[in-house]
Amino acid sequence: MDEPQNFWQRFLARPNDDRVKTVGIAVIVAFVCAVVVATTSVMLKPLQDAHLEAERAARMEAMLDTLPGMRAVMEEAGVTALDMRMVDLAEGWFTDEIDPAGYDAIEAASNPETSIAIPAEADVAGIGRRETHAPVYLLQRDGELMLLVLPMRAAGYQSTITTMLALEPDLRTVAALTVTGHGETPGIGARIADPAFAARWPGKQVADDTGEIIIEVVRAQASGPYEVDAVSGATRSSNAIGSMLTFWLGDLGYGPFLDRLEQESL
Amino acid sequence: MSLIRHVTAPLIDQNPVTLQILGICSALAVTTSLATALTMSIALTVVLVASATVISLIRHHIPSAIRLIVQITIIASMVIVIDEVLQAYAFAISQRLSIFVGLIVTNCLVLGRAEAFAMRNPVLPSALDGLGNGLGYSLILLIVGTIREFFGAGTLFGHAVVTTVAEGGWFQPLGLMQLAPSAFFIIGLLVWAIRGLRPEQVETPEYTLQKQEAQR
Repeated sequence: MDEPQNFWQRFLARPNDDRVKTVGIAVIVAFVCAVVVATTSVMLKPLQDAHLEAERAARMEAMLDTLPGMRAVMEEAGVTALDMRMVDLAEGWFTDEIDPAGYDAIEAASNPETSIAIPAEADVAGIGRRETHAPVYLLQRDGELMLLVLPMRAAGYQSTITTMLALEPDLRTVAALTVTGHGETPGIGARIADPAFAARWPGKQVADDTGEIIIEVVRAQASGPYEVDAVSGATRSSNAIGSMLTFWLGDLGYGPFLDRLEQESL
Repeated sequence: MSLIRHVTAPLIDQNPVTLQILGICSALAVTTSLATALTMSIALTVVLVASATVISLIRHHIPSAIRLIVQITIIASMVIVIDEVLQAYAFAISQRLSIFVGLIVTNCLVLGRAEAFAMRNPVLPSALDGLGNGLGYSLILLIVGTIREFFGAGTLFGHAVVTTVAEGGWFQPLGLMQLAPSAFFIIGLLVWAIRGLRPEQVETPEYTLQKQEAQR
């Protein structure tokens, strides 16, 4: 019983510039700090997730509020929230295999079994891997699609930007685009989350008549339905949103799903 | 009595922001409103006291070759813990402070006090010194935050104090106050005012300009 204590005391008694003590102290400090940080992180995770989930819901609500007449449609349809469904992105259709409630897309994307690696040349959004299934939100009235909301994400200037894109029933016109999460530079890139930037999106067309995704975020004065002004001074954060749309509405994203949705009805 | 000095000295006489010009970056970034300034002040004070205590506790056993790394590791861990706690219990504020809580790690003030004071002094004075410096920093942040929020938005802690023109009142908010440069001006004026009252704080110039001789 005395041994370890002696060992400990002998260790502490070593001169401070001793090599063993230097390495030992470094290891001990690192270990204690790691344990403290990990414990806090694990213990507080449920609380933080609840906040994030509440914020996501609030953003969705706020987005619905910006859409003219959407509340009336919902009231008519007798719903208070959008219908959440899982989509198999490769199949391009709904699936019931996964419960959308509590589905964590980022976690799914980091697991090789529930995600695919995106070829580098196609990875315009810079996200590396894409989950095989994604949750989408629908509003229907009498079996007809009234609004489709697609969650998306892309690498911004210094963080992953997550957004939700609401499409009109024609699946080409943007009803709203809202940034749900980011960690961009406060006061600069963070302005992509401002209402002023969100206000530039409604009415824009994501694709031309051939169905090709041509919407772009541009630096100069935006002209026409396929161009959206970037936030000045925050070009890289703004461009990330443009490439996010290019990727997520393309073949590797929701493209197959949107194509099929256009041909078949719900 | 001398222990109390550790707390009171950094308030004005040895103020870390206005005398030592430390922690300016965060002072600019989080003082657009009082609520964020107050949260940041509390977070920094807690980190400062806690890190000073821990570092002072183990000061005899920190090998000098790796002392900065050990100090930063301890400070960084505490900052992460604080950040996590804020995200769990004060989510809205932590969203507004965004990366600046994390950047407490790089706040020269924390490392400066650890290196200059906690490494050489017993636990109690170190903790008090941390507290004093935290309060000194908080004082400046709150003054700047009050000025910026009041003149920039006509509110204090988010409550309307005067009615702005936009809401049918008479008060025209000063947009500049919501931007970072205004904090430079306010802190600069504060430094000027304090040094005007306490001339002993004025640094001796490193060099003086030579009187120009009359040409030809």
